Amino acid sequence: MTIIRFLKTIFLMEFVVALWMAIKEIFKAKKTINYPYEKGSLSPRFRGEHALRRYPSGEERCIACKLCEAVCPAQAITIESTERDDGSRKTTRYDIDMLKCIYCGLCQESCPVDAIVQGPNFEFATETREELYYNKEKLLDNGDRWEEVLAKNIRLDKPYR
Amino acid sequence: MEPIINVEYITIFSSELYKIVFILVPVLVSVALVVWLDRRIWGAVQKRKGPNVVGPFGLLQTVADALKYIFKEIIIPASSDKAIFILAPVVTMTLALVAWAVIPFSNELVLADINVGILYLFAVSSLGVYGIIMGGWASNSKYPFLGAIRSAAQMVSYEVSLGIIIINVLLCVGSLNLKDIVNAQQDLWYVIPLFPMFVVFFISALAETNRPPFDLPEAEAELVSGYQTEYSGMMYAMFWLGEYANILLMCAMGSILFLGGWLPPLDVYPINIIPAPIWMILKILFLFFLFALVKAIVPRYRYDQLMRLGWKIFLPFSLFYLVLTASFLFYFDKLPTKLF
Repeated sequence: MTIIRFLKTIFLMEFVVALWMAIKEIFKAKKTINYPYEKGSLSPRFRGEHALRRYPSGEERCIACKLCEAVCPAQAITIESTERDDGSRKTTRYDIDMLKCIYCGLCQESCPVDAIVQGPNFEFATETREELYYNKEKLLDNGDRWEEVLAKNIRLDKPYR
Repeated sequence: MEPIINVEYITIFSSELYKIVFILVPVLVSVALVVWLDRRIWGAVQKRKGPNVVGPFGLLQTVADALKYIFKEIIIPASSDKAIFILAPVVTMTLALVAWAVIPFSNELVLADINVGILYLFAVSSLGVYGIIMGGWASNSKYPFLGAIRSAAQMVSYEVSLGIIIINVLLCVGSLNLKDIVNAQQDLWYVIPLFPMFVVFFISALAETNRPPFDLPEAEAELVSGYQTEYSGMMYAMFWLGEYANILLMCAMGSILFLGGWLPPLDVYPINIIPAPIWMILKILFLFFLFALVKAIVPRYRYDQLMRLGWKIFLPFSLFYLVLTASFLFYFDKLPTKLF
């Protein structure tokens, strides 16, 4: 055994084998993707940028129950509400501090009307902190923009909830 | 009254200086390309794509990096020795480039055809350690200092065996001129009779240029990045440029000493029609490819292992092989110059 080991050391066998392996690896399929041009698939449960959804009629889903505000472990959500003329309770203010948010998804889980959801978008980097203090307007806008995907993701995830 | 611009200078410029430009610019460009190649090969071995966005196939990645470095602020530590701190990267890069003067790319294509070419090459590449020591010392900081000390010890150690390997080749050639060394390999490249020496040369070259597995001077896990820690901006880029120019130089040296320089592998019709410099470049690239592969596959040596390998294994082994070569040449009466 020791003689074989000695010979292996002398002839740099391990090294030669490793070199050969490295050369073989070069021609194998790559594990990485051309990120900005091609993107990996995301689970329907992916917890990205937040959005506030609307009913098809255009009415906001949010009923200002403040469950999300209560459950939020990072206390990133601030809600103020008032009673509207038709007797329904609606938010006057719905702010999420995206810098405080830990993207745990508890707000989405606690919401009884599927109003606040986390979409598949994770490319919302900004140049200033201020741009990441989302208000109701921005969140509703997100909801309108991503509605198709959001609805599809909720539908796909339904059997597991 | 004498003219302000001596005509002689213009003659010198037109006859000599343009040659320097013709060797420096391709070397700098190829350094940039080689950095890209290194990263691509490294990535490919790890099944990554590597830089492929800037320019075709990412070829301009190094240019983009260099531009970035140029626009970065150069920070000079308050407690550093400023003159030496600034001089260190300049020395490194100058020495790495100056050595290219004697590298022959064909029988005619050589800037300085001096008769002690290999000695000059060896001397200049040994001087390279000064840039690193100066950088590490002038930074006046722990990690650069440790990195510089390690680098000095490592480069000095491996130079000894490198020198003996070169003597091995010189024994067979009988001349210190690089062109003579290549021309002596017309019939047989020295990589065949001196194969063990070629392997030792390759490994010593890795140690000389601080490449993995011998990248202890910049071991990022323990020394941040060694002697480069305090450097930023263009000064860092110059270190980095000098390093790669040195690696290319070592590859060129290896191909001249062992792989028959610009000579085609077979002197038959379709192969020998390819011009000599192309062969030289191909051989340099082949060696560089090995350099890049080694970077991808090996873990870093421990410092005592590195020293043991240099002094206790490579030095005795290359000395033994030197005696073997000398005895062989003497016994079969093949010495290039007659002794008696």
